[in-house]
Amino acid sequence: MAKVLVVTSGKGGVGKTTTTAALGAALAQGGSSVCVVDFDVGLRNLDLIMGAERRVVYDLINVVNGDAKLPQALIKDKRLDTLHLLPASQTRDKDALTDEGVSRVMEELREKFDWVICDSPAGIERGAQLAMRHADVAVVVTNPEVSSVRDSDRIIGLLDSKTVKAEKGESVEKHLILTRYDPARADRGDMLKTEDVLEILSIPLLAIIPESQEVLKASNVGCPVTLNNPLCAPARAYADAARRLKGETVPMAMPTERKSFLDKIFMRRAA
Amino acid sequence: MTQTSARPARPPIRFRGRSFMATVLAPLPPVADWLAELDAVKARAPSFFAGRPVILDLAGLRLTREDLEELVADLGQRSITILGVEGAPEGVLGPGLPPALSGGRPSGEVPAPDAETAPEPATPAAPPPPARSLILDAPVRSGQTILHTEGDVVVMGAVASGAEVIAGGSIHIYGTLRGRAVAGVSGNPQARIWCRRFEPELVAIDGLYKAADDLDPAFQGQAVEVRLVDDAILLAKLDRA
Repeated sequence: MAKVLVVTSGKGGVGKTTTTAALGAALAQGGSSVCVVDFDVGLRNLDLIMGAERRVVYDLINVVNGDAKLPQALIKDKRLDTLHLLPASQTRDKDALTDEGVSRVMEELREKFDWVICDSPAGIERGAQLAMRHADVAVVVTNPEVSSVRDSDRIIGLLDSKTVKAEKGESVEKHLILTRYDPARADRGDMLKTEDVLEILSIPLLAIIPESQEVLKASNVGCPVTLNNPLCAPARAYADAARRLKGETVPMAMPTERKSFLDKIFMRRAA
Repeated sequence: MTQTSARPARPPIRFRGRSFMATVLAPLPPVADWLAELDAVKARAPSFFAGRPVILDLAGLRLTREDLEELVADLGQRSITILGVEGAPEGVLGPGLPPALSGGRPSGEVPAPDAETAPEPATPAAPPPPARSLILDAPVRSGQTILHTEGDVVVMGAVASGAEVIAGGSIHIYGTLRGRAVAGVSGNPQARIWCRRFEPELVAIDGLYKAADDLDPAFQGQAVEVRLVDDAILLAKLDRA
């Protein structure tokens, strides 16, 4: 039974595309067949993060309009056989997507894959609403700061009203991924605390992704962070999130600050 | 809001809506015969029109300004004061005549007085509908508006920043109030707001409001009751002993 997952946030720049690529790769590494779909028509980025930008021929708009068949537009990942990308068009805008066309493509994707992961554009308009429309599961990406949290709250309201599931009286399963979490700044009180974010949004926490140079490095080389350096902290946090999505119980590791240089030396000696 | 503490406190101007039930009189041509019928009704129930707001509906008539002045005077002689005129032809109304009204909604027949019930004084127009509570089991998310003008609203979760709850009666929030709570909108100064944690953007009762900046910071994050005392918003901690 295929699951459609939307990665959404309301606010831009919080890490939706990074999260889509990382979760997609982590799920595919676990043996599931996965398709990541870029819904950010006109401002596509997922192809760059996945390192597939030089292989795009057909895109989501072509498939929605019937100009190309789905298998023609799907790009298979070079590193993982089970991971596929359906890119967005850079030359068109969100108005080019039709409700019926998107429904048809999502149905077709459901038949082919175990997981369909939709990378939502920022905002609450048509593009974002079409990306979430057919979702069974939503991952809400939030930074620990007030503007991002309030925008996420708005998006959760839309997930509860504008999706096919909501219109049928069911509810979309919702999870929170807290990104760019900096334990040092959290300790100083410069950032919202995890408890505060959870209290405001009142949806279950799927993962806390620590702020890390590894995320930037991975996107510069066009590789999902979970594949680029599977041992780094953000990659491990995403891998745990993917296992939790599949229903496994994985204990949550809170990112903590390494206290001092001396502590670091002691840790190395112990290891 | 421009309130300075140096100046003596003056109640701010408030604008409120209120709806009343009016009796509509629709004269039929010929007007002389219609007035005779009206006299017959008045003879049976002399106090029927006493204290009753009356609207004149001219849709069934073609009148000039002089005709209308005469009709209003005739009704005035029968102690019927006209509050407003509906359906008047353009240019007929003006100074010295009642103002034009529009946008009225029908609300059923007013029973004509019988001989037996005639001495009964004018009854209040309609009993207010029973107040109903609206209970919400989910949090109110940013961007959502809950509008419930008939009664109380109970929210079993939080009201997010950028969300608003508007109630005809009181508002109970069993979570954190971070958005707006507007109680008593249908003109109810008795309405109150309760919440488990008080971090609002704005609270209002019966048209009087206070934004976050004007609220005493001592109540921030506390369990708080908001009510109206002598036209002023009063905050009180809920869990004082």
